[in-house]
Amino acid sequence: MMSQRNSGLGNTHRRWLGNGMAWVVLTLLGVFWMVPFLWMVSTSFKGIDEVYAFPPRFFPEVLRWSNYVEAWQAIPFSRFFFNSLFVAGATTIAVVLTSSMAGYSFARLRYPGRDLLFLAYLGTIMIPFPVLIIPLFILMRQLGLVDTLAGLILPAAFTAWGTFLMRQFMLSIPREIEEAARMDGASFWRIYLQIIMPLSRPVVATLGIFTFLGSWNDFLWPLIMISSVENKTLPLGLTMFQAQVPIKTPWQLVMAAATFSVIPVLIVFVLGQKYYVRGIATTGLKG
Amino acid sequence: MDPVVKNIALTRPGDPRARSSGKVTAQHRTGALSGLRREETIAGYLFLVPNLIGFLIFSLIPIVATFGLTLTNWNLIGERTFVGLENYRKLVSDGLFWQTARNTVTYTLGAVPIGVFIAFWLALLLNRKMRGVVFFRTIFFLPYVTLTVAIAIVWAWIYHPELGLVNYLLGLVGIDGPRWLQSTTWAMPAIIIMSNWKGIGYAMLIFLAGLQAIPQELQEAATIDGASAFQRLRHITVPLLAPTTFFILVTSFIAAMQAFDQFYVMTQGGPAYATTTLVMYIFQNGFEWFQMGYAATVAVVLFASIFAITALQWRFARSWAYGHEIDR
Repeated sequence: MMSQRNSGLGNTHRRWLGNGMAWVVLTLLGVFWMVPFLWMVSTSFKGIDEVYAFPPRFFPEVLRWSNYVEAWQAIPFSRFFFNSLFVAGATTIAVVLTSSMAGYSFARLRYPGRDLLFLAYLGTIMIPFPVLIIPLFILMRQLGLVDTLAGLILPAAFTAWGTFLMRQFMLSIPREIEEAARMDGASFWRIYLQIIMPLSRPVVATLGIFTFLGSWNDFLWPLIMISSVENKTLPLGLTMFQAQVPIKTPWQLVMAAATFSVIPVLIVFVLGQKYYVRGIATTGLKG
Repeated sequence: MDPVVKNIALTRPGDPRARSSGKVTAQHRTGALSGLRREETIAGYLFLVPNLIGFLIFSLIPIVATFGLTLTNWNLIGERTFVGLENYRKLVSDGLFWQTARNTVTYTLGAVPIGVFIAFWLALLLNRKMRGVVFFRTIFFLPYVTLTVAIAIVWAWIYHPELGLVNYLLGLVGIDGPRWLQSTTWAMPAIIIMSNWKGIGYAMLIFLAGLQAIPQELQEAATIDGASAFQRLRHITVPLLAPTTFFILVTSFIAAMQAFDQFYVMTQGGPAYATTTLVMYIFQNGFEWFQMGYAATVAVVLFASIFAITALQWRFARSWAYGHEIDR
């Protein structure tokens, strides 16, 4: 089971065998692992009679693409999609901007009170979000932001862990470049914009992808905040689908809806996988 | 501004070497420093302020307010009344609270150790130079990134008592499957299985990072000395991976204690509160029964438990996770 890299011992043969066995085990496990996804996609193409057929059929007789159209029109999915995109996009931009600025301030500038403030930030990183939902909701109510998209974006736009992540990365950027720029009379703003930010691209990507996926997947806070249909995000819309249906649930439509809500996540993840994986591996971020 | 300061600040803006440079006299140095410092202080706060304001309003104030709220009763509409420690007293004798606490513990103990164990073996399997490794890694990781709500709906369909995939497969081997999500006995195990499936990718990735940090020479030296694969696993990989394991355990425990989405979607806490978790209990008290003070009290207890468990794990960690590093 251990790493089979016994190179130099003339063991290439055994290594080849080990890899082959690993490949077989991984393929079997991988297929097994994908079953829920495959089942979701397979169901999404079935007719209602196939859904309720027993024993279940793994492959639908015909691919009913019309299920997707029907699911899309059953509830205002385009609205939910837009809301989710808007909230996730705005949150991501805000988080990257505020976190990188605060991170730069903590990592690179010296001023009285800095370390104390940073300690306060650190102290709140561990506090779980569900602990704050009651006072946050009361606050949003006073601000008149209940049932608005702004009410979803604002509390997520300023994160202590994003600031922490940025600061840690920026600390590792060599100071020489920056000092040279200072000698040439560059302002702190220009240094941030033209030196620090371009060099921080990997961590910006990591933070951006984490924030986007986190916001896209978020359920608890929208569930508390949003009541009107036109302000719902995708996860809320999906549960509405589940609750709305009569006794004979049209599972094929539910699965079609689930499938197209997963697709954007897949795209973002596959495109940014490198940064996402690196972010998890180096900092253990829990998404 | 002092002309000397101005001069230095102009010729050498922000050059920290100016401070240690022998050419600058002591008098100039302090003058330049204060000018630079003021500029840097202003910039520091300007860069911090957008985040700081949001941080104060949306993190720090709510944290303090949570504790304050526990001392009151409020239904959002009527008067807010101060009740002292009444909410805490109520909590102690609230059977439903204890049940949700038990549920949360059951879920955490069911979801975390098994998941970490499987993730460890998966990571070992994936930690090799082989074609397709990235592809497999992606497969095992995908459930973790997909939205929980969609995943939970899919699994609710898989657990369907009559039409579900699970009971169909069980039927093939002659087992009459339970009514999963509608059964007080089986709803929790069903959600635990689903959560393990979803969450393993996270632990796997961190294990992989930990494995890749183990020096290859150690393994090779042990192989030359005739150590078997099992011996290498037992005496090199496992001990060196202990800090990683510890880290995964802590973060996974913290996350599991806050589980909500899959419970809300799959069972809504039922049947008969068999799958109501602490976070769901906070949610119900706050937004279904409008007992803000009591909901905040449950939240404080959740926070305290997470804090206590983390502290406890740190204490244990000293003896087993970092023990071997101290020995060296």
